[in-house]
Amino acid sequence: MREIVILSGKGGTGKTTISGSLAVLASNKVMADCDVDAANLHLLLKPVTRSSFPFYGMPKARINREKCLECYLCVFRCAFEAIEPGLVVNESRCEGCAVCYHTCPCKAVEMVEHVAGRLHISDTAYGPLVHARLGAGEDNSGKLVTAVRREARRLAEEEKKELIITDGPPGIGCPAISCLAGVDLVLVVTEPTLAAKHDLERVLDLADHFGCHAVACINKCDLEPAITQEIERLCRQRSVPVVGELPYDEKAMEATKKGQPVVELGGPLAGQITALWREVKKILGKR
Amino acid sequence: MKVAICAQGTHLDAPMDLRFGRCPYFVVADPQTGEWEHVPNPGPGAAGGAGIQAAQLMIKLKVDAVITGRLGPNAMEVLKKAGIKVYEGTVGTVRQNLEAYRQNRLPLLTQPNAPGGHKP
Amino acid sequence: MIVAVASGKGGTGKTTVSTSLALVAAEKGKVCFLDCDVEEPNAHIILKPRLSGQEAVRVRVPVIEQERCTLCGRCADVCAFHALVVLPQEVMVFSPMCHGCGGCWHLCPAGAIHPGWREIGQMEEGECGKIRFVHGRLKVGEAMSPPLIRAVKQRAQAGALNIVDAPPGTSCPVVAAVEGADFCLLVTEPTPFGLHDLELAWEMVSQLGIPCGVVVNRSDGRDEPVEEFCRTRNLPLLMRLPLDRDVARGYARGIPPIAVHPAWKGHFRELLHAISERAGLKCAKS
Repeated sequence: MREIVILSGKGGTGKTTISGSLAVLASNKVMADCDVDAANLHLLLKPVTRSSFPFYGMPKARINREKCLECYLCVFRCAFEAIEPGLVVNESRCEGCAVCYHTCPCKAVEMVEHVAGRLHISDTAYGPLVHARLGAGEDNSGKLVTAVRREARRLAEEEKKELIITDGPPGIGCPAISCLAGVDLVLVVTEPTLAAKHDLERVLDLADHFGCHAVACINKCDLEPAITQEIERLCRQRSVPVVGELPYDEKAMEATKKGQPVVELGGPLAGQITALWREVKKILGKR
Repeated sequence: MKVAICAQGTHLDAPMDLRFGRCPYFVVADPQTGEWEHVPNPGPGAAGGAGIQAAQLMIKLKVDAVITGRLGPNAMEVLKKAGIKVYEGTVGTVRQNLEAYRQNRLPLLTQPNAPGGHKP
Repeated sequence: MIVAVASGKGGTGKTTVSTSLALVAAEKGKVCFLDCDVEEPNAHIILKPRLSGQEAVRVRVPVIEQERCTLCGRCADVCAFHALVVLPQEVMVFSPMCHGCGGCWHLCPAGAIHPGWREIGQMEEGECGKIRFVHGRLKVGEAMSPPLIRAVKQRAQAGALNIVDAPPGTSCPVVAAVEGADFCLLVTEPTPFGLHDLELAWEMVSQLGIPCGVVVNRSDGRDEPVEEFCRTRNLPLLMRLPLDRDVARGYARGIPPIAVHPAWKGHFRELLHAISERAGLKCAKS
């Protein structure tokens, strides 16, 4: 089984647009949306939920005021300043380390299970989709990414699928790192802006850091041809194959507004994305 | 002598699980006497650090060898330092893998063969 | 006063809005720009600051004094993040997994653990014209950005308009960036993606009790769903920037929209005015 993850560094370069189209083009696969704090793939793939279950983050501390002697040891010991002067736990700051639980001399602290989000297994016209929603302001996004990927893998094994296509988050932090463990290929979607180029370098550094093979796709490549050339040069220097260059096309915006994968609208962009997918498959096959 | 085999179930005839950190059970057996027991793995439910946690369990159980399919770098480092040998098992039952181990047919794993688990 | 600029979805134009706001505000008053998108900081590409200072930002990690350690295993038992492993001969620390909670050094019965440091990134600061500029750069491979974000935010200046450029998303790094702001601008685009993520971002900011307003970027004049959203949530729609190819090309090369279309300065002055009124605080009035 193979897994490909789509990253970008900078947000809004077209990760989900491309993932949505790959969902149409690829056969015998499971889709996974790992942009768990702002998931969008379901808006294109229109899933029908098969099953859904809670995602437990780290537990949160709770102080039982009946047992508490107000010694304030927990307040001093908490590295995250999560226990407020009134001896109330600020749940958004509590990381679940349980230092207060272990240090309280009167056992007044309990660690309470905490639902941090929900995970969904769904069916779409293009095959199964695993997606999730992290509660607003929650931490543990990396852990939820790991959980989504684990479910996708389990589902793929169960249903004898050959491929997992993962739509990743922007950035290079916790959730992006969680997307990289064990993938066969990273497809980085970039665009010819200085910001996206800057962020592309950091994503490629990240892929290198975790020993992942990366390929790049330059979206809206005709927006600023000089920067497209700079990106091509950068990719050449780093031996990162450019598997596709997609020109700006109003069809992309139209498709997004309609909530439909852009390849379904046909036209030149659909052809270019199909060629990109063929290229990705070829590279995936060699690895 | 104690060997831990990653298992999908709680007995010798359960299929072997190729994962180390996230297999549901370990079947811990003595290849000489044939005695065995099953131990649940704390890893599958863990959000992160499953491999490290499972490696810590191996140390606590004082096993001499582990039979698994895939092992990441963190768990490999721990097992190596603890002097626990790692053997690469194959698809089949726990019993078949234990038998292969007894006959010295399993390859010794000295390098991680799975990419690193995620950090925090 | 602190104004945070956030968006659920990435690439909607946070940095375009925050940098233009800073440039316009600096014409009249003291401005401090804090780029808190430490995973992918981009504001320097537009503001082009002269950087004069650099500082490593560090977090706590355990250091084991092996000779005092009795290998009792207490540290590994209490570590909620599985960052410690007790071997038969020593204790191993997996520092990338450590959250720096201190459980191990507070609870080690032998007193064999003390806190040390681990670098997670760099903070750089400087000036661009009259704007004080600070940004953080997370080390590649480092997962935990909130401590770096908080370090950048500590550079906020009293008496200045502090503009925080937040990371995309709605999880803990965004909370770290937005927390404590007097007002939060939510930048969106008129697509189903933009609207979906605007809702998530609004939920997160409302939970923090921060007043907010919406900016629609790349408007094609058909923004009814966003308008409807704002109406039902009683959210002010403070500014609309039209879809403009020249502005997009300018941004590509690091040129702010107000330099491409000087007439847009007026929009940003009005935005600034609307923010300062709503935040109910004095700031650099335009």
